[in-house]
Amino acid sequence: MENQKKLIHTFGALAELGNEVAHKQNFQEMMRTSLHLLLGSLAIMRGGVARYSRYAHELNMIVMRGLGEEFPLSLSLCYEDERQFLTNGLFPIEVSQAKVLPFFQIYDHSFENRKLELLVPLIVRDEIVGVVLLGEKANGEPYNSYDKEIICAMAQHIGVGISQRNLMAELERRAEENRKLYDDLRMTYKDTVKAFAAAIDYKDKYTEGHSVRVGKYSEIIAEELGWDENEVEGAAVAGYLHDVGKLTVERNIINAPYRINAKESAELNKHPSVGYEILLPIHHPYTDVPLAAKYHHERLDGRGYPDGLIDKEIPYIAKIVNLADSFDAMTTDRPYKRRRVANEVIEDLQRNAGKQFAPELVTAFCRGMLKELTGEAKERRFRKLLGREYMEAEGIVPLLKNALNGINSSSPLTLTSLD
Amino acid sequence: METTIQIPVQSEGETATVFANNYLNKLTGEKIERECRRQLESGCKKLVVNFSETEIVNSIGVSILLGVIDAASDAGADVVFSDVNSDTIQLFEMLGLTNHVTLN
Repeated sequence: MENQKKLIHTFGALAELGNEVAHKQNFQEMMRTSLHLLLGSLAIMRGGVARYSRYAHELNMIVMRGLGEEFPLSLSLCYEDERQFLTNGLFPIEVSQAKVLPFFQIYDHSFENRKLELLVPLIVRDEIVGVVLLGEKANGEPYNSYDKEIICAMAQHIGVGISQRNLMAELERRAEENRKLYDDLRMTYKDTVKAFAAAIDYKDKYTEGHSVRVGKYSEIIAEELGWDENEVEGAAVAGYLHDVGKLTVERNIINAPYRINAKESAELNKHPSVGYEILLPIHHPYTDVPLAAKYHHERLDGRGYPDGLIDKEIPYIAKIVNLADSFDAMTTDRPYKRRRVANEVIEDLQRNAGKQFAPELVTAFCRGMLKELTGEAKERRFRKLLGREYMEAEGIVPLLKNALNGINSSSPLTLTSLD
Repeated sequence: METTIQIPVQSEGETATVFANNYLNKLTGEKIERECRRQLESGCKKLVVNFSETEIVNSIGVSILLGVIDAASDAGADVVFSDVNSDTIQLFEMLGLTNHVTLN
């Protein structure tokens, strides 16, 4: 009868331990519960579980009960100890009979002091993952073979729990490594994009910094549209690279200090398609970068180039870059034209909303500018790009407010108006 | 997350009675052990653990009670288990807990 009760009690503990290892998310709690179950199943007065670090050759205590504050939290293993533990396998070692091993000689005092009687190496897939240390039983009797069988079964569960945790930690470490590698790659990509932008701009002495500014304006528009971080970055990259095709256009055409003739214009107008061809084979982390280069001179009303696309036929990213590009063209000096004053530019944007520019993009752009002028936005990006005086021109704030009220973002170009 | 539970305690002179209720068989049972340790640190020399509301004691419960016995032994205090049902008495006897406590 007593044996039956004992069986029910220990098997209950074993079942609970299996469930604990299989389902508990919190490793520390799992180990605490596991130790309780092991000690409680045979009424063992004290004990602990240590996790093995094969890099440091150390056993680090995870949970302890009744071992006292002086018990070492970290125990070193030498090669001979490791070899013997592996040879022994997952079976309790009697501390009193293993004193020949360096491990037991070093920690003899601590073990005797806390009356530790058994050490169970936790071996999973031929590797030591930890040990279980056990003190005397409450009934004062020595451990019998039945006790040892129970301990083995329970220790196996605990070993699996530690092994799972080790695997998770390894996975987390590798994921973190991958994340860092990905960040490095992204950084390299961004630096390359900026280098390209600088190369493009270097060719055109009159529009120095144009690609970078178009990138920044595109970024602002994307942010105002509520795009996520990745999409905003993509918009910025599209802006940086929109003129990459100009690298193949002759310098004297780009830098001509006069209105270029039809032949030169035809040559220059090839740059969107050439840019597309350059960017297409590159695996960009963002979508539509080549399309932005190809279609950034298209207009909603179909009067743009290279394909004369209309409204929804134009990729959205190209509409953003088109607005950013046009804004920069209007607000910087050109060889044949001085830059226009801010009020005129805003009126131009408003007037062309629905013709050249997507109305909701003009709204987003004006809103971004207004936020900076009213102090709602902390960053001074427009001031940095355009200069403080330019941005603080008289009447600009009411003009922007008026533009925001006047542009009907929901009524873009209708095809009937073109016929 | 640890649930906020209050362990009922009655204290009279050097005797403290801690009610085990049904908290003993889970990790929350560690609160009972902590409460017992607190009583021992306050000078309690007779620690009574009341099992009147405790139907069964599992391995976690046994482990926690061993912790209480160990702490009382270090503090030189006696431990009494009171109002223990017959099944639990059999378990305590079988496991040898009764070598360390008085049943009442």
